[in-house]
Amino acid sequence: MALALEGSQALARTVALCRPQVVAAYPITPQTHIVEGIAKLVADGKFNCEMVSVESEHSAASVALGAAAAGSRAYTASASQGILLMAEVLYDISGLRIPLVMTCANRALSGPLNIWNDQQDSMSMRDSGWIQLYCATNQEAVDTTVQAFRIAERCEIPVMVCVDGFTLTHTLEPLELPTAEQVDGFLPAYSFRHGLDPAEPRSLGTLVGPEHFSEVRHAHHQAMMRAQEEIEQADADWAAVVGRHCGGLVETRGDPEARLGILTLGSVLGTLEDAMDLDPELPRARFIKLRSYRPFPAEALRQACEGLDHLIVLERALSPGAGGIVGPEVQTAVIGMAEPPRVHNYAAGLGGRDLSLDLYSRIVQAVFGAERPREFAIIDADPALLPESDR
Amino acid sequence: MNEQPLHDLDTLRARQPRFRGLESGHRACQGCGEALAARLTTEAAGPDVVIANATGCLEVFTTPWPQSAWRLPWIHSVFGNTAAVAAGMEAALKQQGRATQVLAFAGDGGTFDIGFQALSGMMERGHDVLFVCFDNEAYMNTGVQRSGSTPHAAMTTTSPPGELRMGKRHMKKDILSIIAAHHIPYAATASVAYPSDLRKKVRRAMDTEGASFLQIHSPCPLGWGHDGAKTIEVARLAVQTGLFPVIEMERGELIGTLPIREPRPVSDYLKLQNRFRHLFASEYRARKELEHLQAIANRNIERFELRGVGPETYDTEGADTVHRGGDRWA
Repeated sequence: MALALEGSQALARTVALCRPQVVAAYPITPQTHIVEGIAKLVADGKFNCEMVSVESEHSAASVALGAAAAGSRAYTASASQGILLMAEVLYDISGLRIPLVMTCANRALSGPLNIWNDQQDSMSMRDSGWIQLYCATNQEAVDTTVQAFRIAERCEIPVMVCVDGFTLTHTLEPLELPTAEQVDGFLPAYSFRHGLDPAEPRSLGTLVGPEHFSEVRHAHHQAMMRAQEEIEQADADWAAVVGRHCGGLVETRGDPEARLGILTLGSVLGTLEDAMDLDPELPRARFIKLRSYRPFPAEALRQACEGLDHLIVLERALSPGAGGIVGPEVQTAVIGMAEPPRVHNYAAGLGGRDLSLDLYSRIVQAVFGAERPREFAIIDADPALLPESDR
Repeated sequence: MNEQPLHDLDTLRARQPRFRGLESGHRACQGCGEALAARLTTEAAGPDVVIANATGCLEVFTTPWPQSAWRLPWIHSVFGNTAAVAAGMEAALKQQGRATQVLAFAGDGGTFDIGFQALSGMMERGHDVLFVCFDNEAYMNTGVQRSGSTPHAAMTTTSPPGELRMGKRHMKKDILSIIAAHHIPYAATASVAYPSDLRKKVRRAMDTEGASFLQIHSPCPLGWGHDGAKTIEVARLAVQTGLFPVIEMERGELIGTLPIREPRPVSDYLKLQNRFRHLFASEYRARKELEHLQAIANRNIERFELRGVGPETYDTEGADTVHRGGDRWA
């Protein structure tokens, strides 16, 4: 039965279904509703877990790390500045190969202060060694969260489920929540083979010198690459339970015959799909939904780009002084194709700027008739708002 | 020929006088106070514990991969999050219904400075964790830089004496008072010079439900510039001068002290250490700083009423002294 639920509340209930024994979090909008929802479930006796309301994001990640290392499934949620404050712990969690799940309710970074949605926060953790899965809808966020625990625990790699702040977290959508039986059947009890146990004492997080460190990183990289299979498998297995797919690593939608592709991460996809559906006059596009950003599914991407002349990579973050973050990686991946598309890279919707339906025609027109890749731009920036010297 | 070993490994282990959580063979310097303190702590804590360890000497000298000197489950994460990792382990063990106890180990940097926020949060939330601070009064692992715990006037590489300075300008942070303000069930100081007292406090802290804190004064021959053979003597003098008061608190109230039988002048303690060498130059500034440090010691003795009324078994002379006939405190 479909329920009308706010994204955060749906996630709170989904997390509870996954039965983590320890949840740690610090309030940071827009993930706050998720932990508020969990706290209420705990207070009402509907969810048995240790809810640790910590004094900082740094400690939220650390409590989750300690709990998972001591043999309990653990969860945390964060966003924006919180992600940055967690940064050193996030690297440590993945480096120690501790399986955890975190929701990142994507949001802009300071300064200047901006509390609204973009994806600069999770993008800044691109190289942290976490699996990153981006969700296009709240339904996907629910289903991906369940899958994330199995992926993390099977691969011994933490998973960050990236959900657009406000756009998804604070939006009511009709969605289906899984039943406890469905989740229990899919997700076995937590086990971590490197866990801390007095009966079998081991040392975790030791000092590793130059003679072994490269091998540690090699193993982590290899595990990340292998995780691609697990991500596909988890999606397929979960679909067999609930009848819904989230798109594995990369999903193609829209017009399969189109020579123009648009690659996105997260919720902007829905806006673009609506724009194309509403106006039959507009050129048709194939939508490529990059669900798994880390591991980066180069091979699956190449398949998704087969037959395209142009590919627009639209992202909600940027690397000032270079341009896009995802764009250059996609460019590198498609170079391996016999006939690679021209890759055009734009950023849009930074700091919560509304992505309206005309975004579609703007980006499509921008690349129309291009002989070579267009220069990177923040396509919805209005230089007229700036003094002459800053344009 | 029937060759049977005299003892199997289990028998040998069972015959060890005490459980050893930290084995010998690690890479600490000679005379390391912290290594001694960690061994004493884990001996008293026993085998059914898990440890979260901050970044620092203790982490580095015990676990150069692929070796480890720990016989206990042990985790190191980062520098400032030890109390939070311990809190997470405690929350997990509680949910699992296990009785295993949680220890957190940090140096003074990981306690007074970078780890303080997490420590304060852990105590405020009342996690059943014993947080042990091995206080060697500077960042020794990175090459002796001043910390919030470095005593006034001490020389470190970032508080060097010179034309304009006489070592560290600021005071040693009164961490126990800050801890006491959290009204946790049990908080105490101890010294490696008084191992029976130290062990007793570890056991007491572990028997206490809720957060407890133990600050162990642990000389660092390298950072303090004293002979590695004199670690115990130096640690003992810190207590006997009143510069490091050995006290116990319950819910923020003072409940016990190690009385000083006959206070020694602070110069007896300071002159053994190169970090205070500049205080013995024949100049006005040096004399004033010595007076200043003596005043700090006097103030401690007054504040905690450390002056013993007469010779006692349990005072700075009697405690941990082995008497003829085996009369030994604790």
